[in-house]
Amino acid sequence: MNSIIIDDEAAARAIVAQRCSKIPDLDVIEEFDNAIDAIKFLNQQDIDVVFLDIHMPGFSGVDFVQTLKNPPSIVLTTSDTDFAIAAYEYEAIIDYLVKPITAERFEKCIQKVKNSLAKQSRAIPEESATTDTGDDLYINIDRRLIKLKFSEIMVIEAKGDYIDIKTENEDYRVHTTLKKIKDKLPEKLFLQIHRSYIINFTKIVDIEDNSVLIEKSVIPISRSNRPELMRRLNLL
Amino acid sequence: MRETPNLSYIKELSDGDTVFEQKFIGILKKEFPEEVRTYVNYIENDQPRSAAEIVHKLKHKFNILSLSNSYAFAVAYEEKLRAGDTQSDRSFRMLLDMIQNFLNTL
Repeated sequence: MNSIIIDDEAAARAIVAQRCSKIPDLDVIEEFDNAIDAIKFLNQQDIDVVFLDIHMPGFSGVDFVQTLKNPPSIVLTTSDTDFAIAAYEYEAIIDYLVKPITAERFEKCIQKVKNSLAKQSRAIPEESATTDTGDDLYINIDRRLIKLKFSEIMVIEAKGDYIDIKTENEDYRVHTTLKKIKDKLPEKLFLQIHRSYIINFTKIVDIEDNSVLIEKSVIPISRSNRPELMRRLNLL
Repeated sequence: MRETPNLSYIKELSDGDTVFEQKFIGILKKEFPEEVRTYVNYIENDQPRSAAEIVHKLKHKFNILSLSNSYAFAVAYEEKLRAGDTQSDRSFRMLLDMIQNFLNTL
C-alpha cells in the first residue's frame, strides 16, 4: 500500500512515518505540512491511504476531505478525541488515531484500512476493469473507466502493486498486476519479454541482444522470454 | 506530585533504532522552541485564539514526553484561550520552561 502523511507538525509526521516503517507492505511516498500541496499531489498520483491531521491552520483536514472528488482511504490523526466524531461523517474516512499514536492502535488501524480496500476491490470486480469489445481495454483510475485501444498501448511495466501503462499519448498507473492485464491482452499484439514488462509487439523499433527499443524506451529481455520473442519475429 | 518529562514513548517508538531516536529528538529540539516563540508572540499581541492553535500543537509534545497531567492542563487552557481567557499563561509558560530545560539536556 502507498500512503502519504499530512500534518503541519514535523514531530507528528515523523511518528506516523516511523509506525508505517514497521508495517511490511506499507510505504510512505510523500509527507506534506499542508493539505493544499497534498491535493496537488493526489491529482497526479494514486494513493491507497492518507494519514491526515484534522487540525491544521488555514485549510483543515475536514476541508481536505470535502475538497477531494474521489478521496482515497483516509485515516485521521488528532490530538482530540472530540474531533473523532468527524471521522464518521465521510465514507472515505476509515479510522482515526489519537496522538501520540501507539504501535498497537496503529496496527489495528492498518488492518481496518486493508479490510476496507479489500471490500472496495470486491465492489469493483477488477481494479483494471475490462469490457471486451475486441480492440480496446477499460482501465479503472480513481473510479473512472478510461478506454485504451490495444493499438495505442506501447509498454506495460509492473510497479509493485501497480502497473504503468505507457500509450502513444499518455501514461497511466493502475492498481492491478501484470498477470491480470496480460490475460486481457490479445496474444497476437502483446508479449511478455521480462517479468516486469509486457510490450506491444508491433511497436518494436529494434532489438539488441538483451533489450528492445520501443519509441525511446529500452526494455530488457529476460533470458527465459527471449526464445519466444525470437520465434515471433519475421526474420529475414 | 509534579511530573517530569521522559523518553519512554520515544524509546518505544524508536524500537532500538538509535538513528531514528536522535533524529526525532532533533525534530523536537527544533520544533518546540519555534512553537513556544509563536505562542509567546500571540499572547504578547493579545491574540488568544491564535495562541490556542499553538497550544494545540504543543500539547501533543506534552504527550510525547509522557506529561499526562500537563497535557490535561493544556487541553483546558486551549479551551480558555479560545474563549479569550489568557489567565493560565504564567502556569503554562512554567510547563514550557520545564520541557525546554529537559530538551536542553538531550
